[in-house]
Formats: sequence, structure tokens, C-alpha cells
Amino acid sequence: MSAPALELDAITKRFGAVTALDGAAITVQAGTVHALLGENGAGKSTLMRIAFGMLVPDAGAVRVNGAARRFASARDAIAAGLGMVHQHFSLVPALTVAENVALGGHGRFDRALIANRVRELGDATGLVLDPGAAVSTLPVSAQQRLEILKALARNARILILDEPTAVLAPAEARDLLQWVKRWATGDHAAVLITHHLRDALSIADDVTVLRRGRTVLTRAADGLDESTLVMAMLGEPLSQGTDERARETLAGSTVLALHAARVVDARGVQRLAPTTCAVRAGEIVGVAGVEGSGQAELLRLLAGRLSPTSGSVTVPPSVGFVPADRHRDAVVLDMPLVENLALKDAASAPPWMPWRQLRGETSELLAHFDVRASGADAEMRSLSGGNQQKFVLARELTGAPTALVVENPTRGLDIRAAESVRSRLRAARNSGLAVVMYTEDLDEVLALADRVLVVHAGEVTEPALDRDAVGRAMLGAR
Amino acid sequence: MNTSALRDVSVVAALTMFALLLLTIILAATGHDVGDALTALARGSVGSWDALLSGTLVRATPLLIAGLAITLAFRAGVLNIGAEGQLLMGAAAATALGLAWHGPAWLTVGGLLLAGALAGGCWAAVAATLRLRFGVLEVISTLMLNFVAQYLLGWLVRGPMQEPTRIYPQSATLDTVARLPIVIPGSRLHAGFLLGIVLAVALAILLRRTAAGFRIRLVGANPVAAVSAGRVDAAVVAFGAFIASGALAGFAGAVEVSGVTFALYENLSPGYGFSAIAVALLARLNPLGVIGTAVLFGALEAGAVSMQRDAAVPSVVVNVVEAVLILLVVATDRWRAQRLTAQAGT
Repeated sequence: MSAPALELDAITKRFGAVTALDGAAITVQAGTVHALLGENGAGKSTLMRIAFGMLVPDAGAVRVNGAARRFASARDAIAAGLGMVHQHFSLVPALTVAENVALGGHGRFDRALIANRVRELGDATGLVLDPGAAVSTLPVSAQQRLEILKALARNARILILDEPTAVLAPAEARDLLQWVKRWATGDHAAVLITHHLRDALSIADDVTVLRRGRTVLTRAADGLDESTLVMAMLGEPLSQGTDERARETLAGSTVLALHAARVVDARGVQRLAPTTCAVRAGEIVGVAGVEGSGQAELLRLLAGRLSPTSGSVTVPPSVGFVPADRHRDAVVLDMPLVENLALKDAASAPPWMPWRQLRGETSELLAHFDVRASGADAEMRSLSGGNQQKFVLARELTGAPTALVVENPTRGLDIRAAESVRSRLRAARNSGLAVVMYTEDLDEVLALADRVLVVHAGEVTEPALDRDAVGRAMLGAR
Repeated sequence: MNTSALRDVSVVAALTMFALLLLTIILAATGHDVGDALTALARGSVGSWDALLSGTLVRATPLLIAGLAITLAFRAGVLNIGAEGQLLMGAAAATALGLAWHGPAWLTVGGLLLAGALAGGCWAAVAATLRLRFGVLEVISTLMLNFVAQYLLGWLVRGPMQEPTRIYPQSATLDTVARLPIVIPGSRLHAGFLLGIVLAVALAILLRRTAAGFRIRLVGANPVAAVSAGRVDAAVVAFGAFIASGALAGFAGAVEVSGVTFALYENLSPGYGFSAIAVALLARLNPLGVIGTAVLFGALEAGAVSMQRDAAVPSVVVNVVEAVLILLVVATDRWRAQRLTAQAGT
């Protein structure tokens, strides 16, 4: 066998007092897809940032095709044939596909040349995109393809994909993974950072698991099962929250209601057709729909964060809301946790802020919801994504809300954090809250929801609670 | 809190040392006698009680109050670049009132300062309304309104407000009852400096302890979350902070007239409203820090005058130092935020 495409050996990386990686290793063979698993904070992203030259390791070696490398920057790594697609897109929405591909290149910008390159790559790889289309007009799945195309345009032979399916609908995610599998042959190789064990097992040739900065498992995917991986990731079996309540239990009185509520956006486009629905106390109503089909508007109406263009809504003042984009909509990264807690009632706070009391409440909340932070005065920015999400959910559950609206509550969380969020949602439902939950993970909807509403092109339907019926409704089939 | 304040102070102190080092290099590179120049700089700023009180602190006063105006606006996410114009309008209104009407000293001075704040607030309200109603970027509107204010002032001191002999482009001189009292006899240090310190403390308390101040900080740090998670009316909060900022800048203008110039001049302000931006940024938008940075800038500018006079060094080199300081502060802030994010991972 020839030298591995990418080899990271005994990598150690410290940030201040924190050891992010402690002798971690991964070996990616050419012609394979390699899944990199681990909980949040296990060091997956850090390890791959080192491979991609964004971070310099304190110790350890990076080898590409057998040759030792010391990357000083991502530019060096790109020159060595690496490409990385980050979880958060790095595209310029106002520019075209071709311009985004050209960005970061050298020499003169030649529109025709770049457009040709985009078409060529499309033909060669199957990632077909219109070079002249503005990125802002592209659906999320096409933007994801563009991110990959950008790396391939720089002749990447080793692709690192950080949670590439997180923003995609199930069918799109499947297509993308199949593409990765097809692409990673010959001298190509792909590293897939993921939380989805099923993805890892279905397409990866090899699997490496990190736990607390160390490589705890690395072997061929054949013969591995989910429970072995979970054991490796957590160091212990997952204690699954059980659904203590039978599905048939009757829900209580109506808490949230829409009456022929219709939403038209600023450009006059109808985002949500006139919708009438109700959510009762003690039930979880799942919302399913492909990104952009109107589910965001439906959720914001139910959360009282949006006024309908016509029709009316009945929403009590105390609705907890956990939006998908927490950095933009839910937290202030530069503020300490205590101020992020106070954010919730900022509009109705007493004239003098009771900081001492709020600090106590914050510490209590951190302990009660198992949010890992150094204390009430820690900046939100210093928390990991999973802990930020737990914090937001905890905050929205304080103050005895009567309803809770959550949007993609487990996106980007590791399995343990995700399970803890799910059990909180169940507990909220069981304590009599009306819960509305949108998630792009269909299995999650089916596992948690008592009823499901499907949004397709602005139309809301209520199919039976089974995978097939919901899947058809998401595609608009009756 | 205390440790972070201490760290901020030590960072600024270190940066200031760096800036002075840079000044030394510039002076040496341009062929000046470094020793002479720095001696003159020190003599003019902190070399004597008189230099400190009548030079440094008197110059620091408008920088302090206008710096607080900038701090308040920037904290609310309002990029008010128009403190200069608001300050000039405040000065004009204060002078007009002081010339037209006299009461008891305290009432006259009080009324005059209030008139200045009112005028500054109104001047800011123009840009604030444009932003609220039509989404006009305040960076553009306030900058433009500075020119309008400057030329309006030029017309006032040549037209309706010109002194009785109609010779000089300035107003008549204010009566002594309209002047701010001198704090330390024998110096030129007037009560405006103390008012500035009181305002700094008040603004610090507003931002840190009150709900209104918290909302201002929220809107400045993340307006989307303030609306979505906090249900704060971000537009109204920003509007209010904008006008209050203008009022503070107008107050600074009134203090300058009532404490230093006693009359309205065309070049009443050597760009206090612009230097105030630097003062506020260097203090990292911390109101109490503004006291320190305003005194620092006051010292630099007072020292620059004597450096020009005694060592023939153009006073603009001080502006170079000020600018470098700002760039350093902004860069260290960015660096710190990035490091925190990197540590948190994804």
C-alpha cells in the first residue's frame, strides 16, 4: 500500500491552560472516506484545523502523501492539495458562483476563464452550478456544493468536510454523502467530521473517534455498530431518556393558535399561506419542512416574534423561543452569561438591574442544566456550541413559560448534548407546556412529536405521524 | 470585574508607552532633538501645576464630555461621528442665551449649559430621525451635519451674533455671571472638569446598573437578539441614545464657552468632537476610562503646543501618536475576541 494521503501523528495542542489535543492521531488512506467522530469539545475541529494549517500544533507531525509538512497557514495546506469545507459557509452572497470560486486565487480575474472552470469541474465531478448565478439566490444545498467546488477548483485531493449535512434536508444530505463516496477514489480522500453515526457507518471506509483530545478508536467501518461508537465517544453507554408518557394521553387546552394567519415578506412574496392551527398544553407539535418552505415564519408566528400580514394569532406573552441561529438571534457573544440571562426580560426589567440576584439565578441554571462554564461571569463566546444551546434552552424555560417554540434544537450538538436537550423538551411537555419543535432531522420529529405539521411551499398540512407520510408531505405530494 | 478593569488600564498604559516610543522614533527620524522635544512636551503638559491645571485638564474637559457622548452612542451601536457639529451648536445656543439673559449666577450658568445640551440634542435628532424613518446611515448624516454646523457658526459670528463693533468674527463676551466658576484659584481650571467627572460616573452607573443602560448595551452588541430574545424595541433605544449623545456633545460645547472662551468663535473647537472619538475608543467605551484617556489626550495636546513653540516640532506629530494608539487598541480587542472563540472550539 502506498503512503497514506494524510497522516496526523501524536498531535498535541494547548490553548492557554486547556489541552485541546493530547497526542491525537488519524491516518487517512487514499481512495477512502474517513469519518472523524467525537463529542463537542473532543478536538475534532481543532485536529482538522491543524491538518489544514489554520493552527500550528505544539507537538506532533503532519504528513501528506508520506512527506512531513509544517503548514504555516491554510494557503500552504491548499498548495499541498488539501481543501476544507467549514460548517459555517464562507461565501459572499452578493457575488456570483464564479466570483466566489475565483476569490482567494491569484492573478487577473478572467470571467470567462473562471466560468469555464466551474463548468469543467461540474462536468468532471457532477457538482453542477450556474457560474453566473448570485450566491444569495442559491438554495442551501447548492451553496454547500459551491463550498466543495471552491476547494476542488484549487485542485484539492484531500477534502475535509466539517458537518456538511447539518444544514441539508434528508434527501439532499443523502445525495451529498453519495457524492463524497464516489469522489473519494484513486488519489482522492475525504475526511468527514460528523455527529451522525449513521452517516459515518453508511459511507465511511474507516472511522476514528476522539475523546477529550485523544484518539480512542480507529479502524475500518465494517463490523462497527452504533453502540460501539457511542461507547468510544462517551467512554460509557448512553443513558437514553425514556418517553415516560404514552402517546395517547390527551393534551390540555389550547395555548397557541393561528387563525388564517398569512405572512408576506417585504418583497411581496407569500411565505406562508393563510394557516389555521392550534397547539395545546402538554403536547409536542413537530414541524417538518425543507429549509425555506415557510417553517421559519410559522415558528415565529407561534412564538409571537412575527406579526401576520393578515389573519390573527393567539399567543400568550410568555413563550420561550429557541431560534436556530443562536449567535444572531438568541445571545450576545461578548456579554457574560448573567447578562445573557437578563436579556430574556430586558424589555420589562426593573429600573435598577438586580445583578446580584441574576448572578445567583445564572449559577443555579448552569448547575441545573449541566451547562459547562466557568461561572456566571464567563463570556458567552467562551462556551462551546452545545453549551451555548443548553444555556439558551434553559433560559427560555425559566420564568414558567406556558409555551416553548424551538427551532433545530439539536443541530450541531453531540449525541449526549442532543439527548439532554430532547429529554428537556419531553420534560417540558410533561409538565404541561405547549411545545412546538422544528427540526430538519425527520427521525427526531418522529421520535418526539405527538403530532406533526408539514410545511411545503408555504402550505401547512398535518399528515399522519409516520416517516412515509411526512416524507411525502415535505415534498408536496398528497 | 476589577481584574479586567486593571487589565484594561495596564493594556492602555503599555500601549501609551509604545506610542511614546514611537513618537521618539519619529522625532529622531525627522532630525529633531528628541531630548528637547520630549522635555517641552512634558513641560507643557505635566511640568508644573499650572501646566497640569490650566493646560492639560482644561483641554481634557471638552474631550472628556464629548468622549462620553461618543461612548454612549457607540455603546448603543450608533456611529455618531457628529459630536463636533453637536458641540458647536451647543456652544452657539449657550452663547446666545448667555448674551440675551442674565439671572443669578447659578441659574444663568445652569440655563446656559441646559441650552447647550438641548441644542446638541436637537442637532443629533436630525440625523437620528433620518435613521429611524428612512434608514439613512448616521455615519454619513452626522459627518455632513458637522459641515453644516461649522458654516452656520461662521455665519452667526459674522451676522446676527457678531460683537457690537462689527469688526471681529466673534460674538460679544459673556458676563461674569454666565461663566463657570474657577475650581482652583489662580488657575484656569473651571468647574466643567468636575461636571465631566460627575457625568462619567453617572454614565458608568447608567450602563452597568440600570435596565435602560442594559438595553442600550444589548442593542449595541446584538440588535437582532435584543429584539428576538429580549423583545426590546431596538430602534427606539438607539434613537434615544443618539439624542442623549448629541445632548452630551452640546453640553461640552456650552461648557467650553462658559468655562474657557466666554464668547463664540468660528474656530472655537480644534476638532474636539473628532478627538473625542479617539478618546472614547482608547478607553474601550468605558465611561470611567474616558476620564483617563481624556486627560492623556489633553496632556498630549497641551504638550504639543509647547513642543511646537520651544522645540519647533509640528504639533501634528501628536495626532500621529493618537492615531497609532487607536489602531493598537482596536487590534488588541479583535485579537482577544478571536482567541476566546478559538478556545471554545465549535
